[in-house]
Amino acid sequence: MPDLLLELRSEEIPARMQRKAAGDLKKMITDGLVEAGLTYEGAQEYWTPRRLTLDIRGLTARSKDVREEIKGPSTKAPDAAVQGFLRKAGLTDIAQAHTHSDPKKGDFYVAHLVKPGRSAEEIIAELVPATIRAFPWPKSMRWGKASAKPGSLRWVRPLQSILCTFGPETGAEPVVIDFEVDGIRSGNVTYGHRFHAPDAITVKRFDDYVAKLFAAKVVLDAERRKEIIRHDANNLAFASGLELVEDDALLEEISGLVEWPVVLMGEFEEDYLQIPGEVIRLTIRANQKCFVCSSTTPLRGGRTEGSGGGDDTLGASVPPPLTLKGEGDQRALANRFILTSNIEASDGGVEIVHGNGKVVRARLSDALYFWNTDQADMPDPEDLRASGDKFGLDLSKPLDQRMARLDKLDVTFHAKLGTQGQRVSRIAALAEELAPIIGADPAQAKRAAVLAKADLTTEAVGEFPELQGVMGRKYALLQGEQPSVAAALEEHYKPQGPSDHVPTDPVSVTVALADKLDTLVGFWAIDEKPTGSKDPYALRRAALGVIRILVENGVELKLLPLLEQHDGLAGKNIPTVSDQSNGTINAIGRAIASVFHKGLDVNQNSLDLLSFFHDRLKVYLRDRGARHDLIDAVLATDSANDDLLLIVRRVEALGTFLDTEDGKNLLAGTKRAANILAAEEKKGTRVAATVDAAKFTLPQEEALFAAVNQAEKDAAQAIQAQDFSAAMQALSQLRAPVDAFFDGVLVNDEDEGVRANRLALLQRIRAATGQVADFSRIAG
Amino acid sequence: MSVSALSAHNDPKRSFQGLILTLHAYWADYGCAVLQPYDMEVGAGTFHPATTLRALGPKPWNAAYVQPSRRPKDGRYGENPNRLQHYYQYQVILKPNPSNLQDLYLGSLKAIGLDPLLHDIRFVEDDWESPTLGAWGLGWECWCDGMEVSQFTYFQQVCGIECAPVAGELTYGLERLAMYVQGVDNVYDLNFNGREGTEKVTYGDVFLQAEQEYSRHNFEHADTAMLLRHFEDAEGECKALLAAGAPRDGGPQRVVFPAYDQAIKASHVFNLLDARGVISVTERQNYILRVRNLAKACGEAFLLTDAGGFNSNREAA
Repeated sequence: MPDLLLELRSEEIPARMQRKAAGDLKKMITDGLVEAGLTYEGAQEYWTPRRLTLDIRGLTARSKDVREEIKGPSTKAPDAAVQGFLRKAGLTDIAQAHTHSDPKKGDFYVAHLVKPGRSAEEIIAELVPATIRAFPWPKSMRWGKASAKPGSLRWVRPLQSILCTFGPETGAEPVVIDFEVDGIRSGNVTYGHRFHAPDAITVKRFDDYVAKLFAAKVVLDAERRKEIIRHDANNLAFASGLELVEDDALLEEISGLVEWPVVLMGEFEEDYLQIPGEVIRLTIRANQKCFVCSSTTPLRGGRTEGSGGGDDTLGASVPPPLTLKGEGDQRALANRFILTSNIEASDGGVEIVHGNGKVVRARLSDALYFWNTDQADMPDPEDLRASGDKFGLDLSKPLDQRMARLDKLDVTFHAKLGTQGQRVSRIAALAEELAPIIGADPAQAKRAAVLAKADLTTEAVGEFPELQGVMGRKYALLQGEQPSVAAALEEHYKPQGPSDHVPTDPVSVTVALADKLDTLVGFWAIDEKPTGSKDPYALRRAALGVIRILVENGVELKLLPLLEQHDGLAGKNIPTVSDQSNGTINAIGRAIASVFHKGLDVNQNSLDLLSFFHDRLKVYLRDRGARHDLIDAVLATDSANDDLLLIVRRVEALGTFLDTEDGKNLLAGTKRAANILAAEEKKGTRVAATVDAAKFTLPQEEALFAAVNQAEKDAAQAIQAQDFSAAMQALSQLRAPVDAFFDGVLVNDEDEGVRANRLALLQRIRAATGQVADFSRIAG
Repeated sequence: MSVSALSAHNDPKRSFQGLILTLHAYWADYGCAVLQPYDMEVGAGTFHPATTLRALGPKPWNAAYVQPSRRPKDGRYGENPNRLQHYYQYQVILKPNPSNLQDLYLGSLKAIGLDPLLHDIRFVEDDWESPTLGAWGLGWECWCDGMEVSQFTYFQQVCGIECAPVAGELTYGLERLAMYVQGVDNVYDLNFNGREGTEKVTYGDVFLQAEQEYSRHNFEHADTAMLLRHFEDAEGECKALLAAGAPRDGGPQRVVFPAYDQAIKASHVFNLLDARGVISVTERQNYILRVRNLAKACGEAFLLTDAGGFNSNREAA
């Protein structure tokens, strides 16, 4: 069975798009072949910066004939109907139709049509151009003369040639499948490495294609290119007594920038090693697409980095993670970098290394300038005075100056939520308030909150926004802040998602909560809530962050008073109500002001936000393997429960209880009681308002009543004490009397009074268990 | 190649002006109109009307020129060896782009002495966008041994108008390129005239004092109140000129280039205000939008002129 080889050669495809594009090509072509009635044994896609290639093996040479019958009218039908049938079936004469008989309908015409199978060549010649025209590039372009007219071909970059051969794996010569797309004619010609082998190469099939490309200095397989780079980079590092700092994302990108990888090592001055490792690595990676190396000896205290402290984790907290070999092993960066060139240079790479070294040095010199500038005084200190006073800043310190500058610049946080300065004021006030609850020193918490966003105006963060927080911490340590305060500058951004590290230091916890709660309350106040897949301000992540901090640190915190109170706090630091430019009252400002005044609106808003927390909590617990019906059952009993940790504890206790025999039986009993009640309530049967012990006729009733009274009281006490196991324990005492009741008592007594009293007793079971959870929502 | 006709003093490896002359010779040989710099302050070669306006409309256009470019914020008081608030771009615009534009570009690198089997030359994704010009295109940063030496863009839209046909734009960072071929680490050490000894003129001789002075101007002394007025004036004048030249009786638009000058002026004034730090983040977007609106209006008006293909459009219709 024949094979198909397809290569689409273009000008350089962005590295980040190549893998997916090759996959899309495979899917579109193989889907199209199958849809056209062909089968194939295997398909493999390849890519380089300049080509997408598809190798399809064992393709059927033709699609099968398809037989079809079209029913026509009765043989006695009028001529108009017969003519209509002929047109529909594509026949010229009724003699071409067959006559079928049906016992009921009599004789009628049937057209027997055969759609002949098509050759694979024909199918491919249609499929490939259609695929090229409809290709799903994330961004595509027009080019050249053809672009003067609308509807010209679009590709990621100009498409240069199409190679398309089809034929047996061995033996007979494959043929070129001939087609044209916007003036590009398919053929059996490709080109090798842009500089090493610029001449045309004629290709038969995949095997000689790969071999000829390799001879023309093109490694077709990206995985192979990655292997070469990884292997050679490790060897080079090892030869210098160093270790490569592996970086998979960078490796993937580099493999998409070269067809013929040649790995080389360069050097920079040791002086630059005073710059933090994260900054060096990001500088070299982002701008130069080079790897860095670490020394093989573990990092000691005497590292040349200015920040000193042993808590300086070398890039461990910077996304993407810096994976040094050996977990937890911190090593100093070496003054080397590893680059991957695309040529075997005639001088062995001397010029290339020299040139790259110059650029790396220039970049590091910028980075060093940023690092030093950020530690120096800002010009015009007097300009910062007002902002300094506002936040109680010590303007002799660099980071304090940066905070003052952030405030003075009136940098907008969000048009409706004011400036970064106003935001920091709110966060600081909230942090101060939260501190005693969390167990943090209020002064430290406030200090950390005030400095939390200061590094946004540093040069280093301006260059590498992903280092926000990381740099703040370093600069804070350098200016002598308490370690907890410094750590909070970095950790208050955490956790960034379901698997990110959750802060544990009380100061970090406090500022992290204050920051996230301020964001949530703010965006709720201006009604910018997440909808569907849209969550531009990452509010779900912020809520999850609050949940994880509280639950995983075991912090009990009633959110509602805080949300409401913070609304009030926020009101003081929200953009002014009167719009200065035209003196009119700003409608947005007014709306915010109304929300922030205490009252019904505030409560409504806070409850709405609370229910958002509950939704996120469900997702969180579900992800951790908790049963969602239990979460629903617990939240249903107390929709205003604003202590997330207690909700979690209650769900856990309920789960444990329901795993016991007592729990299972009590659940069954409670459900039975609830079902009976529901049925009777539907019928309109009277249920007594309270249970009247005088109306009991059976001992089981007496026993259950006594047990319910006791269990209800005990459970309530336990819940009061937030001891949910004890509450479950109290409820478990109900199991035997409930079982006995259903075994020995007929609820539907003939006496209406007795019946109403028994229904009331069932209500008490529901009420008692309902203190813990709505059992009707529990499955099973 | 006619490049060999240049004297030894003008070898790009020795002379900044030799680099420019070599590129001129190369692109002149290709058939470009070799233009002179535009006589206004602009942020990049793209702002030259020979690119911004001529990229629009159906008429073929091949031009090359040096454009002094000003980025007030990049001033470093002459202390940074790589960063300047005034520098030169070499700009090539070819409409429609020839199908071998990459090869032509590589040929120009060879002409200035960069052998692609000795130096690692790479096309790295860089989607170009100019918010102030309402323009975007796809292309690359061209790297030589890890250094970005050029930008290579296929214009898709300019002044908010689809390019039909697409123009190819090459922008060479001349100082960087010269530093590379001359093997110099500090821009001010570049040999400007290719002479040695007392005859030698360096880049620093020509520009160091100016860099220091303009940095002071850009960051400290530029009169912001005056600049704000100038911005308003330029904006108003641009609109007024377009209105004055508006087509009559189905004729062409009669005043576009002068109006576009005012758009350029507004753009540069905005850059100065930005460097002085008097434009807040929110205002910034607003200013950019205002300049873009001017550029768009000029682009649309240009299509109604002869150079913009007004007559040829009408004949075709």
